[in-house]
Amino acid sequence: MSTEIELSIYVFVLAIFLGLELVQRVSPLLHTPLMSLTNAVSAISVVGAILITGEGGATMLSKILGVTAVTFATINIVSGFLITDRMLKMFKKEKSSK
Amino acid sequence: MIENFWQFAYLLAAVTIILSIKWLNSPATARKGVQAGQIGMLAAIIGTLLRHEVVSFEWIAAGLVIGSAIGVPLAYLMPMTSVPQLTALSHAFGAFAAALVGTAEYYQKTPTGFQMFALVIETLLGYLTATASVLAFAKLQEIVPTRPMTYKGQNVVNLSLFAIAVVLAGWVIAGGAPAWAFPTFSALSLLFGVLLILPIGGGDMPTVIALLNSYAGMAAAAMGFALNNRLLIIAGALNAASGFILSVIMCKAMNRSFSNVLFGAFGQVQEGAAAKTSAKPVRSASAEDAAAILANSRKVVIVPGYGMAVAQAQHKVRELTDQLVKRGVDVQFAIHPVAGRMPGHMNVLLAEADISYDRLHEMEEINPEFSETDVALVIGANDVVNPAARHDTTSPIYGMPILDVDKAQTVMVIKRSMNPGFAGIDNELYYQDRTLMLFGDAKAFVTEIVKELPKAA
Repeated sequence: MSTEIELSIYVFVLAIFLGLELVQRVSPLLHTPLMSLTNAVSAISVVGAILITGEGGATMLSKILGVTAVTFATINIVSGFLITDRMLKMFKKEKSSK
Repeated sequence: MIENFWQFAYLLAAVTIILSIKWLNSPATARKGVQAGQIGMLAAIIGTLLRHEVVSFEWIAAGLVIGSAIGVPLAYLMPMTSVPQLTALSHAFGAFAAALVGTAEYYQKTPTGFQMFALVIETLLGYLTATASVLAFAKLQEIVPTRPMTYKGQNVVNLSLFAIAVVLAGWVIAGGAPAWAFPTFSALSLLFGVLLILPIGGGDMPTVIALLNSYAGMAAAAMGFALNNRLLIIAGALNAASGFILSVIMCKAMNRSFSNVLFGAFGQVQEGAAAKTSAKPVRSASAEDAAAILANSRKVVIVPGYGMAVAQAQHKVRELTDQLVKRGVDVQFAIHPVAGRMPGHMNVLLAEADISYDRLHEMEEINPEFSETDVALVIGANDVVNPAARHDTTSPIYGMPILDVDKAQTVMVIKRSMNPGFAGIDNELYYQDRTLMLFGDAKAFVTEIVKELPKAA
């Protein structure tokens, strides 16, 4: 196994652990926003979509599949972040006194 | 300089994405978390555009513009009660994007070995999550019936299809597979998504949506391995971990195992137990009676469930809360982890109605307080308040953690009819002497109570 792959596996395992730690601390109050935020984050696949679409040697098939992927991932990113913010804006505490 | 800029941008993206999840842990810092996430995503996109491999931009620009043009209205026009549907739909978009990239890579680069293995996983999870999420969306939107759809030999069919897919995947990874192998594998992946969701009923949606969230993350991480891109691996892994934890929390809250949710064991329970709805007498009350009791209590705990969401009653509930608080009544909310159709669903609805989040309490926090509560008002919740879960070992929901509303002085249940809830079992809470049934639509009934309240002494 090449060191590149080995390193990637290390990164993956550590990121999983980090994710488990971080998410366990999230208040159940915010589980819906958490889900819509991580959902936007999963659209990081836009990176792969851009690479496959814009590469010098991209075939027509790659371009069509790639641009569709860029579009879908962008929908996911934009709507994911906006709706999360829209939800979080609603979480308010009563002003000072009860 | 530009040569290395993307690496710096990716590092920035990874850090900000980690921070964004960290900051989401409390409502005070959560919006900062969203901003961090946006910066991270922007850095990732700009960094990628500046990589020297990327030479043509027209197509990419078109995708980014069209995507934003659809995404913005989607986020602003969706009503808050539709958040579960929107989430399901976004999972579909994200996962489909991953699958399409996998397909494009397969035809353009045809990698080998470990990278091909990652590509196959990416494609499988991508297509599977895409169709599963679309079907989940359709069920949530009630385009498709929400009841579990099962047939004889379902698991056998699923397993044999899965075996075929595994063989095809192995062949593709080993190399030398015929041209039809990869498309067939992709088609099977799409089919799996449908088969996965068919047996899932409405009440299991919180677990399933969380699971699909996790799969979407895994698909992105797999893409990271296929492209040897660590930013994708980190972001995908974080998302996968998050979805996984949420689905575990949901499963625990229902006292069920993963396999139980996925293989739809509840489908059978439903028919057997539903007939048991007995003709025992229940005490019902009018809105006027309910208002009088509420007005004369010191402490009220409201238990919202999916019924409140369906009736869109959250704003009326808030009016009720305001009036009671004005009268000096202590009003709190008890939120069961699986109330609603996705994790945290009730919290979002109540927040939308401007109810302060320090009134919203988790199950462990509020349960000890029921014995000191004058009135527990259950609005559109059923199985999560069924005391049978505590003592009736024959009950299908035995062992499920519940809200102990039966310990309150008086229990009032707003419900359309005596029909059993999602689990299809009768609720003994309704036949207690201390329980008053308020029959009617949640929104209409709460409105009535609000109207009667000023008249109550």
